Amino acid sequence: MDAKAHKLDHDIVEFINQCREQEHPDSYLIAVLHKVQNRYGYLDKEHMAEVAQRMQVPTSTVSGVATFYHFFRLQPKGKYHISICLGTACFIKGADKVLDAFRTELGIELGETTADELFSLDSSRCLGVCALAPVVLINEQVFSKVSAKQVPQLLNKVKEQELV
Amino acid sequence: MNHVDIWIDNTPVSVAADKTIMQAAEQIGIRIPRLCYHPELSIEGACRVCIVEVEGVNKFLASCANKVWAGMRVKTNSPEIRQARRDIVELILDNHPMECQTCERDGNCELQDLAYSQGVRERVFEGKRKRHAIEASSASVIRNAEKCILCRRCVRVCSEVQGIHNLSQLHRGFHTVVAPAFEDAMVDSVCINCGQCINVCPTAAFLEKPHTEAVWAALADPKKFVVAHTAPAIRAALGEGFNLAPGTPCVGKTVTALRRLGFDAVFDTNFGADLTIVEEANEFVHRLEKGENLPLLTSCSPGWIKFMEHFYPEMIPYASSCKSPMSMLSTLLKTYYAEKEGKDPHDIFVVGIMPCVAKKFEAERPELCLSDGTPYTDAVLTTRETIWMIKAYGINFVHLPDGEFDNPLGYSSGAADIFGTTGGVMEAALRTAAEKLTGEPLTDLNFTEVRQAEGLKEATIRIGDLDVNVAVANGLNNAKIILDKVKAGDKQYHIIELMACPGGCIGGGGQPYPPEGYYVLDREINKLRAQALYSIDEMKKVRTSHNNPFIKQLYQDYLGEPGGDKAHHVLHTTYTPREPRGIK
Ligand code: SF4
Ligand code: SF4
Ligand code: SF4
Repeated sequence: MDAKAHKLDHDIVEFINQCREQEHPDSYLIAVLHKVQNRYGYLDKEHMAEVAQRMQVPTSTVSGVATFYHFFRLQPKGKYHISICLGTACFIKGADKVLDAFRTELGIELGETTADELFSLDSSRCLGVCALAPVVLINEQVFSKVSAKQVPQLLNKVKEQELV
Repeated sequence: MNHVDIWIDNTPVSVAADKTIMQAAEQIGIRIPRLCYHPELSIEGACRVCIVEVEGVNKFLASCANKVWAGMRVKTNSPEIRQARRDIVELILDNHPMECQTCERDGNCELQDLAYSQGVRERVFEGKRKRHAIEASSASVIRNAEKCILCRRCVRVCSEVQGIHNLSQLHRGFHTVVAPAFEDAMVDSVCINCGQCINVCPTAAFLEKPHTEAVWAALADPKKFVVAHTAPAIRAALGEGFNLAPGTPCVGKTVTALRRLGFDAVFDTNFGADLTIVEEANEFVHRLEKGENLPLLTSCSPGWIKFMEHFYPEMIPYASSCKSPMSMLSTLLKTYYAEKEGKDPHDIFVVGIMPCVAKKFEAERPELCLSDGTPYTDAVLTTRETIWMIKAYGINFVHLPDGEFDNPLGYSSGAADIFGTTGGVMEAALRTAAEKLTGEPLTDLNFTEVRQAEGLKEATIRIGDLDVNVAVANGLNNAKIILDKVKAGDKQYHIIELMACPGGCIGGGGQPYPPEGYYVLDREINKLRAQALYSIDEMKKVRTSHNNPFIKQLYQDYLGEPGGDKAHHVLHTTYTPREPRGIK
């Protein structure tokens, strides 16, 4: 285990120790992974390996759980985190095509981050602004009625902003 | 157990109430088709191939996962069931490469057999197919996820039998893949190379790293002096590849077959086994006399050794420092034998014929190489690979005359033969240690107390005025149990035999896929293979390793004293803790 850069914070270690005293310690795995993700923004491999060692749950099980549930991120978020609403209204209005456009433009899948760590891609459930469908969220900013065609333009705008 | 009366396809059956529908059907000779089911592993119930119709139940039931109940009426082959099963198999095939003719398991594949038996004769669905690169980083085990049908047998054997937990299902839906944690390369994982995943896999998604091409090339190279040596367990299983009944001993035919393949000399790994026993018994008696580093842990199973390095590095001082029989013999071939024959060790190409895929990894260990990095063992062929080469050459194995091993490295005692089965190393060591400790020949050489361990066996053996506590473990979950007992310190064990594979080497990860009527991990087939070894032992004139005349000669001519400087230098090795640390 890499002892330097990736040590889990003390309070998380404490939490794991508490879980280990419970009756079915393994059943706390998801709760522990949530805590780790909330703290560091994603599940780092070294962190997961440490969780496995501390909980004495096989590393392959930790890895299996982390990749099974969509709410776990396995890469750090990009500087610009793009979240595409796949709620019913957005979907009907072509959110899937918008998503495809982002995937091809960025060359990454949902849950992934570009190599330059500028962009990351995620989907969200209904944001409650269905009148604006399809909706894309880049960090805090809402973009409404986005079409697949607009995606390259949108990304360029962000990149330009980045240059100044 | 209560019995209940049920009907299967209108045949009345009385069956124990705790049986599944699948087991009940077997009782009247009907084998319901299956895929993810494995009798030695937990019930998965995932593939749904084994569905049946039950009167009054409005959905098909997986027969592996549902118990019988009184009055149950089962149909195993109604038109609806046949159609549904075929649909299921067609859907599995839809996401599977159509590569049978170029596949390692062509003609020996459960998926192929299933598709045929269910009447799949065309490709009905043509959807998107999963794509994965072949992962060949490991010295022993190749993972080809494109051929994986997600039955999880490998995941189960790796955790439930071996306790390694190296594999799990990662991701979900279409992207699901079976791999080590974080989809790491096998070489960076806790995999101990036992190859049991290869054995239980119904397809070619796990295979051994092939060495056949390297061996063909060496055999065709006039500059190379190519030698083979065959492990004890080979003689008990090779015949299965040529339709001989399991348990048919075939030492002589194996020797002849290897000569016909073009090997310049054929030796017996057994000679290495005798040597291992002489060294190990010496080490054991020494430790016993000093009361140090007990229990002694045997060291011939490379899967067990890597397991210790990942999972129990704190036990390294207890392990015997003896090289395995394969590595002892290979070392002698490139030192003693090369000197004697006036050959450059680099011109000798040594091939181990092994029931094991972990031996491929062992052969690559830097500790087991000449100082310039040339391995003592150049290639390791599994029993399966050896069968394939013999067939590929066109050799009619069954009709071969018996051949004899070359000497001096081809003569062995009966103690060496039984190395191939669980308890065999222990028995061989006890025979030699007892005679050493008491200074008298044994009246009865059979230590039946340590035979036929179904996983784990303990015994106390009276030697002279000593009570020696021994244990035998096969399958690494059993190794964990015994090692944890050792660590708890409740009882003083003196010597423990550990083998990675269930049943010992005869159940190794490189053994033939079982013939019809048997299954992988089948205790029955391992019993037959073990019987073959015990029968060879019984027939031998010399049945104790230290009385092998060629071993005595070798010590006189070359090695000096057992455990002496020279012997230590040539025959012993070291172990190191490994990352990633295993989780016990
Ligand atoms: S694994 Fe079986 S079904 Fe698949 S390609 Fe190979 S032989 Fe054919
Ligand atoms: S070779 Fe053994 S340890 Fe490695 S993945 Fe296969 S079953 Fe597990
Ligand atoms: S690799 Fe083989 S045994 Fe493992 S899940 Fe896939 S098909 Fe089943």
